Amino acid sequence: MAVLITGISGNLGRVIAKILHRGEKVIGLDRRAFPGAPKDLEVHHLDIRKRKVEDLFRKGEIHALLHMAIIHDPRLPQAEHHQYNVLGTKAVLEYAVKYGLKKVVVLSSTNVYGPQPDNDNFLTEDSPLLGSQRFADIRDLVEVDMLAQQSMWKHPEIETCIIRPVHIVGPSVKNAPSNYLRIPRPWMLAGFDPMVQLIHEEDVGLALQLALKPGARGVYNVVGPGELPLSAVMRELGRVPIPVPHLIARPLLNKLFQYRLAGFPGAELDHLQFLCTADGTRAVRELGFRPQYTLRETIRSVLGEQPAREAGG
Amino acid sequence: MLPAIESKALARYDRDRPRGILGFVRSKMEKWTMDLGGQDLEARLSRLVAPQNEYGVDPFGLELDFAKAAVAPVLWLYKHYFRVETHGIEQVPAGRVMLIANHSGQLPMDGAMIGMSMLLEAEPPRIARAMVEKWAPTLPYVAPFFARIGQVVGTPENCRRLLAAEETILVFPEGVRGLNKTYDKKYQLQEFGSGFMRLALETKTPILPVAVVGAEEQAPALFDFKAAARFLGIPALPLSPTLGLPLPVKYHLHFGAPMTFTGSADDEDQELERKVREVKTRLQSMLDAGVAQRRSIF
Repeated sequence: MAVLITGISGNLGRVIAKILHRGEKVIGLDRRAFPGAPKDLEVHHLDIRKRKVEDLFRKGEIHALLHMAIIHDPRLPQAEHHQYNVLGTKAVLEYAVKYGLKKVVVLSSTNVYGPQPDNDNFLTEDSPLLGSQRFADIRDLVEVDMLAQQSMWKHPEIETCIIRPVHIVGPSVKNAPSNYLRIPRPWMLAGFDPMVQLIHEEDVGLALQLALKPGARGVYNVVGPGELPLSAVMRELGRVPIPVPHLIARPLLNKLFQYRLAGFPGAELDHLQFLCTADGTRAVRELGFRPQYTLRETIRSVLGEQPAREAGG
Repeated sequence: MLPAIESKALARYDRDRPRGILGFVRSKMEKWTMDLGGQDLEARLSRLVAPQNEYGVDPFGLELDFAKAAVAPVLWLYKHYFRVETHGIEQVPAGRVMLIANHSGQLPMDGAMIGMSMLLEAEPPRIARAMVEKWAPTLPYVAPFFARIGQVVGTPENCRRLLAAEETILVFPEGVRGLNKTYDKKYQLQEFGSGFMRLALETKTPILPVAVVGAEEQAPALFDFKAAARFLGIPALPLSPTLGLPLPVKYHLHFGAPMTFTGSADDEDQELERKVREVKTRLQSMLDAGVAQRRSIF
């Protein structure tokens, strides 16, 4: 019996594969190579949309699916990541039904709620998914979450978990929030200092591990060790941010992004202006999730710092 | 319930205080607060129980150190400008409570003064959370300022969460209708929203009426320039001879007895409105009595 991890060669995928691999058999699926993969880890280099993917399921060895083959790259044309994310998700969810898998875990994120001025301070899992309202390019990510929810209701025989972590940071991940925090003189929006939540990549691994356990089912926000003002994160990292008036920041960043002088499109600035913080109590209560990294360790992990701790975390 | 903050590094992290001019202003303001409040205030501040993390903020973004500096001018207004007098503040119960007050005076000084009275005179001392308008988070500098002093956007979910955590909430059911009304309507309660009643029923929270007497006269508006307000996209444009700035009127805060309501939050509007009317009637009679009782506006 094995867990199939899609998107295993990504920065986060590799971290999670190594965590899960300690406890059970893992099969990987990714177009990309997995450098430094553990020897007994079987990785299939296939595009998730190809028919051959079905063969993996047909063998009957896979009992659980961890789906994280979801592209977030804002540089790719919208059509390309939309197709990949939506069709890929649809295909593996269908195979999971067809071949009688016991468990499906889909990695979504709290970005599906989106930062908005009138957000609750702690968004629950029932909050509307308005993420693409102000940032149209991420509508495929919202759709992936919706597809997983649909499958969860339509197929009660499969234990489906949708995991929505807050901003993931860590020494390995290279996503928008961690890249932003690695900029020596990052922008902040003048006169704005929203509360933010970060989670360590290994804590996400822990949450996924708990979601894969028999019995777990449902939608879960996964929140790290707490929330703090963005300015406090900057101070902890020793950053001296540049305050940019919000009225000019968005068009300016869009231009810079267009000419490849910035790594983020203007819409990402909403995260520096408004709240998108979540209530993680359901995962604490029902999955028994407790972040292993402190707030300070989590923030400093973007610098590549690893706190000294005993094996097994 | 609030997410529990659990940290292995609970030893209070020595945060970098803001440097330069900001840091200077902040330490001066903090000193001003302490000079105005004296030892009494220091003792009361130390009794505040805010669930802070190692960065000195609570889950809603309240930062006590910042608030201490920020309240200095409000504290001065409370003690020396408006010379606030409270009546019956001992009726404010410990634990969750919803303060329902009349709103007036063009600038929301009434909210600041009620908040101050909760810190200075209520037992136990507490930080009241006013339910802020939904556009406040879009205003630069205002948004983080409100958050650091513990004010929260007034969504029902936020309100529910704070009440579940046994906090004190301040609601003006009239909203801007009360704040921006013209002088001819002074001490007449405007239309009440009913959202507060639904939340009170749902969370079994006592309602405590607070009549603010004095604020009506701080900036009397003679005329509401409605056409211009519409043009500017704001709710009202009242014109007052003081240009909106408050006169040194004397504030009286009358606290009523807690009112508890029973019933379902999902009752028909009619049933709900009956309960809202009960609160409104009580508050109006407290207002009338308060106005009759005072000797001078100043």
